[in-house]
Amino acid sequence: MKSLDRKLFRDLWHMRGQVLAIAAVIMGGVATMVMSLSTYDSLVTTRDRFYSEYRFAEVFASLKRAPETLAERLAALPGVERLETRVRAGVKLEVEGFDDPITGLLLSLPDVGEARLNGLYIKRGRTVQPWSTDEVVLSDTFADAHGFQPGGTLAAIINGKRKKLTVVGVAVSPEYVYQIAPGAMFPDFKRYGVLWMGRHALAAAYDMEGAFNQVSLTLARDAHEQDVIDRVDVVLATYGGTGAYGRKNQFSNRFLTEELKQLQTMATIFPAIFLGVAAFLLNVVLSRLIALQREQIAILKAFGYSYVAIGAHFVKLVLLMTVLGVAAGVALGAWFGQGLSNVYTETTFRFPCLDYGLNAGVIVVAFGVSALAAVSGTLVSVMRAARLRPAEGMRPEMPEAYRATLIERIGLQRWFAAPTRMILRHIERRPLKSLLTVLGIACACGLMMVGNYQKGAIDFMVDVQFRQASREDLALAFIEPTSGRALHELAALPGVDFVEGFRDVPAILRFGHYHHRAAVFGIQPQGQLHRSLDSKLQPVALQPGGVVLTDHLATNILHVKPGDMLTVEVLEGSRPVRQVPVLGITRQYLGVSAYMQQDSLNALMREGSTVSGAYLAVQPGSEAELYAKLHKRPRVLGMVANAAAIQSFYATIGEFILFYTLVSTLLAGAIGFGVVYNSARITLSERGRELASLRVLGFTRGEIAYILLGELALLTLAAIPIGFLVGVGLVGILVVAFQSELYRLPLVLTPENYAMGASVVIVSALLSGLLLWLRLGRLDLVAVLKTRE
Amino acid sequence: MTTDNTHAAIFVAHGLTKVYRMGEVEVHALRGIDLTLNRGELVVLLGPSGSGKSTLLNILGGLDAPTGGEVRYLDHMLTGASESELTLFRREHVGFVFQFYNLIPSLTARENVAAVTEISTSPMHPEDALGLVGLGNRLDHFPAQLSGGEQQRVAIARAVAKNPAVLLCDEPTGALDSATGVVVLEVLEKVNRELGTLTVLITHNAGIADMADRVIRLSDGQIAEIRANPAKKAARELSW
Ligand SMILES: Nc1ncnc2c1ncn2[C@@H]1O[C@H](COP(=O)(O)OP(=O)(O)O)[C@@H](O)[C@H]1O
Ligand SMILES: [Mg+2]
Repeated sequence: MKSLDRKLFRDLWHMRGQVLAIAAVIMGGVATMVMSLSTYDSLVTTRDRFYSEYRFAEVFASLKRAPETLAERLAALPGVERLETRVRAGVKLEVEGFDDPITGLLLSLPDVGEARLNGLYIKRGRTVQPWSTDEVVLSDTFADAHGFQPGGTLAAIINGKRKKLTVVGVAVSPEYVYQIAPGAMFPDFKRYGVLWMGRHALAAAYDMEGAFNQVSLTLARDAHEQDVIDRVDVVLATYGGTGAYGRKNQFSNRFLTEELKQLQTMATIFPAIFLGVAAFLLNVVLSRLIALQREQIAILKAFGYSYVAIGAHFVKLVLLMTVLGVAAGVALGAWFGQGLSNVYTETTFRFPCLDYGLNAGVIVVAFGVSALAAVSGTLVSVMRAARLRPAEGMRPEMPEAYRATLIERIGLQRWFAAPTRMILRHIERRPLKSLLTVLGIACACGLMMVGNYQKGAIDFMVDVQFRQASREDLALAFIEPTSGRALHELAALPGVDFVEGFRDVPAILRFGHYHHRAAVFGIQPQGQLHRSLDSKLQPVALQPGGVVLTDHLATNILHVKPGDMLTVEVLEGSRPVRQVPVLGITRQYLGVSAYMQQDSLNALMREGSTVSGAYLAVQPGSEAELYAKLHKRPRVLGMVANAAAIQSFYATIGEFILFYTLVSTLLAGAIGFGVVYNSARITLSERGRELASLRVLGFTRGEIAYILLGELALLTLAAIPIGFLVGVGLVGILVVAFQSELYRLPLVLTPENYAMGASVVIVSALLSGLLLWLRLGRLDLVAVLKTRE
Repeated sequence: MTTDNTHAAIFVAHGLTKVYRMGEVEVHALRGIDLTLNRGELVVLLGPSGSGKSTLLNILGGLDAPTGGEVRYLDHMLTGASESELTLFRREHVGFVFQFYNLIPSLTARENVAAVTEISTSPMHPEDALGLVGLGNRLDHFPAQLSGGEQQRVAIARAVAKNPAVLLCDEPTGALDSATGVVVLEVLEKVNRELGTLTVLITHNAGIADMADRVIRLSDGQIAEIRANPAKKAARELSW
């Protein structure tokens, strides 16, 4: 081994504490990146494979009813490759031993042979037998939530008639990777299920013999999706079609796409932040480390080593640390990635199986970014040191020029003893270095706040949604639009405190060349249960004659402002197209919708007082009885109970939150400790001589520890408020990056967030302090007097 | 042993040995030193580089422990003392002066001295200590603003300001030119004369030995010669 390389390993060993701390910082950045990117890649691969192997359709359309003969006409439309009609029925389900209302969706399977589109992956059991009358296949989420196995039974209320069903299989469908009840905010696997049964049996129960009410198709090679959609719409218009739509608007796929988009954002932003911080720290730490080697660099130069050789030596030193950090980061990230993918497939997305894979490209990128950050930081300092003339470098460094600090110049010095003055002057002597240290520590604090932000934000969203806006205990939907008089019957039921009707119609909203498919809700202007909130989250009364839009819908999707005229193309009934003024904007974190007064919407639809459903306030304790009564009413299609929805939501995301909290605490902790320990450790190297001299003069370990750790404590304390600002800034970036149609995160930080941010810094500082205290005990007094570093 | 006050023994060492072990190799830095140092003396420790001078001085000052033998300071046994006992010993009784001054760069001359007086029981005023070394007019200068000789004089002021019983100087003039060196030696001589501090001065420079009361010559870890110097010269008359 060349002696320069021997020096390399000896230096690394000598600085092993710092090497580990630096590697920890790199590990934090790389692990986040590997975790997010590998999870993203795995989910995308899995999705694409599932979609193609199970023939996920490309265009979907629902209609009221059309004779099966129409299928041929549809299939013959230009641009259609493969087409399949189905019967689809919204039902109520009864599961023995479970009293809450359950909404179900029954879909037909061909009586003979496999489905041509949207095939099922049978996880357990088998598919239904040809021409069977009572066999069903359950979606695995619903089956798992209730513990159904092939052979189990349940009942469905189809068109008001109760039908007993036998479970023969459990399946996953590309159409329902993500499952959520219509009108619900969150998935609830216990209270919503998708079921498949034979076409013949379902049609008989649902009065759809020789007819269909749903159609899916795939596109021919060169077909343009929008053209095909338009052609399908023309054909279905007279059959009560509600507008065909592509995959982009298919609910499960849309949600999956959004979620993947966010994961990708996370895979970019988080690692960028983590690696950015890591790079910054590396830069700071390494430039100080190399400054300590100034004399050695001078000597090497005096011996005739070239700039390049010296530069290469230090680059090697740094790359070794980087390799260590990247290797640990890849391992940890892969482990986290597997965990995260599992959380996804267990709680949200259902796939036949997940192929978790770590792309070699991810590792290369991780190493490249880290190495670049590390090497650039190093080269700057090496160049600075190498530019010194050898003689100059070897001369013992002149004592550094200090001066009285600002605090002393304004006459406060009598309050401080010499050790305190040393602390203050040392900080003021190197303002930039102190600032960088403070910033590094602040970053750790900020990262910790980001990692723990989600829980508070979700609590806040749920509070706004369910305690300010949708305050009903129960939302129920009628089978079809119904006269407002039906509400009186509901109000008369025992246990019902209050009833508010609502009308909702599917529509396409247009403004200029922007358009969006959304539901227009007709609600009560002075509603007690369902309310529209202003930007300060205060309920506001709806004015007649116009629409109020969710902020995200108005600003980011349609680009309208109050006063503009919006075109509303209704997709129901006589499908009127109307110009409606935008009256205002409402703050909403979940979903996007348009609101009108119910009377105004009824007028727009040219109909009398009509409701699609009702919001109910229920007396506590009478839920079960009321559910049973409502369940029996043939006109009531589905019910969503808010309390249950919230509960199931927390059960679902609980795992996510736990996972993220764990991961971010670990990573922010690693970074926090890396920064604090390194800066303290380098300070010790820089000032070891000085401190040892003080020990020789009779200062105790405690007294010199005060000088060293006092500085650390001061910088740490200064970093905490700055860290809070960094945290708020990072969360702000996150909020903007994560804006989507499905939800927007609120910019709220709880005291808990701040406490977590501060504590990661304080714990890191205490730990570093302890390690330094132990080191101070080993300070070699004699050696320091003999040699110049 | 005499009880005469002017010849009271401050340090008594018996059979001091020091072995540095570096892997396979053993370096015998001290090979059995017997030594008595008395109150008020100015002792010069002479010897070639590597003869064990610093090692001996560090052991006397409580910075290092011998491998064998024992050292007594007045009625304290230094050998076997704990780390905190040695710290207290240095704090109360010993002043050090080193070749490279070892001043605290972030403290002014006055504060460098005060840093020590603040932790001693009956110190001088820092200003007086600096006056003693002829730096009464440079009180508020930082080390970077002082020349080498001036820095060394601050180091001496810092060492004597706590009124130590012993002043241990390891090549205090080693980093200085001879004219500046003489100024520093004059200060040491003055401190020894006026405060009666036992002063041990290491040098490998035989010329300096002429200012001593006694000269101890070390060679290869052993005492080669102890010689009284009745014709003591003033520092000002020295040259090398
Ligand atoms: N820490 C140490 N480790 C190993 N050997 C040492 C150490 N310190 C001193 N020595 C050796 O002990 C001997 C005496 O050193 P020292 O007392 O410093 O000599 P002097 O001060 O007379 O020049 C030398 O041979 C030196 O190499
Ligand atoms: Mg020496």
